Amino acid sequence: MKKKTFAIFVGPSVFMMVLFIAAPLLSILWLSVHVTQPVYEQVEVEICTPGLLGSVCSTELKTRPLLDESGRILTQTTFVGLQSYRNVIEPEKLRSAIANGSWRELMNIRFWSALRFTLVFTILTLPLVLGTGLLIALAVNNTLQRIKGPVIFVSLLPFIITPVIGALSIRWLFIGDGILTAGLEWWLDRDIAMFAQAWTIELMMYMYRVWHVAPFAFVVFYAGLQTVNNDAVEAAIIDGASRWQRLRYVIIPHLMPLVIFLTLIHLMDAYRVFEEIVGFSASAYVISLQWLTYEFLLQDGTGARAISRASASAILTMIGVAVLLGLPLRRVWRERKGS
Amino acid sequence: MKPRHILLAGAMAMSASMAFADCTNTVPVKTISNAFPAYEIMTGVMAGCGNVESELDKDHRLKIVDAFSANPSLYSMTSLTNSTSVPMIDADLLRPLDDLIATHGSSLNPNQFIEIDGKTMAIAAFANTQHLMYREDIFSDLGIAVPTTWDEYIAAAEKIPAAGVVDYPIGHYMKDGWNLAFVFVNHFLGEGGEFFNADWTPSINNEKGVTVLERMAKLATLMDPEYLVSDTTFVTKQMQQGKIAMANLWASRAGAVNDPAESSVSGKVVMAAGLRGSERIASTIWWDGWAIAKNISDEEAAAAMKLIVASMAEDVIQANNDDAIWLAKGFVPGAAAKGAFDTAAGDAVPYPMNKYIGSMHSALGSGLAAFMTGDKDAAATLADIEAAYVSDAKEKGLLK
Repeated sequence: MKKKTFAIFVGPSVFMMVLFIAAPLLSILWLSVHVTQPVYEQVEVEICTPGLLGSVCSTELKTRPLLDESGRILTQTTFVGLQSYRNVIEPEKLRSAIANGSWRELMNIRFWSALRFTLVFTILTLPLVLGTGLLIALAVNNTLQRIKGPVIFVSLLPFIITPVIGALSIRWLFIGDGILTAGLEWWLDRDIAMFAQAWTIELMMYMYRVWHVAPFAFVVFYAGLQTVNNDAVEAAIIDGASRWQRLRYVIIPHLMPLVIFLTLIHLMDAYRVFEEIVGFSASAYVISLQWLTYEFLLQDGTGARAISRASASAILTMIGVAVLLGLPLRRVWRERKGS
Repeated sequence: MKPRHILLAGAMAMSASMAFADCTNTVPVKTISNAFPAYEIMTGVMAGCGNVESELDKDHRLKIVDAFSANPSLYSMTSLTNSTSVPMIDADLLRPLDDLIATHGSSLNPNQFIEIDGKTMAIAAFANTQHLMYREDIFSDLGIAVPTTWDEYIAAAEKIPAAGVVDYPIGHYMKDGWNLAFVFVNHFLGEGGEFFNADWTPSINNEKGVTVLERMAKLATLMDPEYLVSDTTFVTKQMQQGKIAMANLWASRAGAVNDPAESSVSGKVVMAAGLRGSERIASTIWWDGWAIAKNISDEEAAAAMKLIVASMAEDVIQANNDDAIWLAKGFVPGAAAKGAFDTAAGDAVPYPMNKYIGSMHSALGSGLAAFMTGDKDAAATLADIEAAYVSDAKEKGLLK
């Protein structure tokens, strides 16, 4: 292809990537090393507010932001280097926790406990999603042609549901005397509170994520199964390979590129776990890195947001995703070079 | 949520427009407000006047600063409280109302006005606070005296399981985040605590802070173990469904717990004053009302003002007497308002109206759960919250 033609074809998508991916990333990077604050003044203000039994007036010393000519709050932006990153990862507490060898102390630092949950969540759900997806794919592949359509449709349903809605509906099954909690209580004849300790909430979140994402793995594996070379399978049967051996030595190696693909997608998605924390109101017990970013972005009672720390936390999340993806990607790269 | 409320407002408007007819409005007006019965009533009346579009949203406070910064503002008016007024006044987004009150507001009570340096910035509709609500039937069965302090409350709660009527003795809005922090704020004030030193550095890591945390841990043992997901609405439902015997709850829910349409225990719940800490009543007084946007036309502002006045007309208040502690004319404090009035007549203080408490409230909101779940002890929790407050206030330019 001529260079010019190539440029014309690639140009628009490069432009889009710069505009929608590179530029926002750079701006977040910039935000994370700067802090923008209103300029405050101290003034005496007389305030009267309604009480139940008549007005209450008082003179108070107030910290008030200065306004510019156009009536907007006057702000100043200063370069703070890595201060916001330090505020997020709290290196002094980290050092003291490591020095004391105290896991509990480490888990009391918000960033590190969020990282702990995020990593466990990502790594624990990965094999479950792959395994469940493959099982459904094999099962569907072996069902009668007549009912395949409906079975595929039903298996896909969890993936179609909006994540927050899905999480909320599962939460309602379990919260308080939700129908499933009530059922469990009746069956086990004891009082159960699913939202009163960390491990039950975590368990529900793992289960929910697998339930939600396995259909995607199923669709990909199912497509892959249609391309399995039947001659190889028949040859394996003639050689006396059992069902398990056929799966292990013929089908799975054939599906390996898809496994890598699903692993990459899953690592990327699961590391950004957020809907589960919202849906299961888990924030009292476990938080994720994305939740931490969100918490910094929430307005406090004064309408202010911690933009700088939020940006730092977002950049750290991105670095985490890059590191996680690095391992499988390197493997793919090596295989490419080898072949 | 939203469409349902607009429908509800519409339905109420139809009945309202018959009763309160003389407020015809021709200028399009948009309102945003919190979502609970008192606001449903007021926006219902406004809708009856015509050309009013109302949005009722529990998270309205996250929208109003940005929405009112636009020119023209996205809403003509908003509901406002002690706490939400701070960023709105700081950013100069509200219209001084004195001239509009002079022309249209003769029917308002002077103690409804929020005045800052002599300028009226908002008009309160009702007051709100938190006070004791208890099941009279259970109390008289067991012969328990009505508690007035938190210690008596806990002692009473320990006797309640004997009645065998309720699942848990008490309920409390201890949902992780704003609610959990609010419980701490109230109790800390009740112990006579000062959140800040003179230079606005924090001072919660002390004996009073520890007392409050210990009490919160004690309370937690007396309620549904899922308390960290329980907000005000959740506690109201627990009360209505007869699952708890008492709660220290927002006065704005006093009507609902005895509403025969919603509550299975209507008529059995009695209101009493907020409970005392060692210094004063551990409740805060709030005002709730309306403010008008600065960035709208004079015509729209005048229309908004007339609607505000119409929404608190004497006949509206009389028709909905028990749904709020109205500050407007026509209100007759009934049994539902007794708890709130006794709280205000006591020594409960208003929720502070400043920026520092906003930052502190957020730091408490994300730091307290670790203590409640047993991950941290009281001193470590308070020290970490102080550190979180300092780093937050520094980033926001409030502390040097």
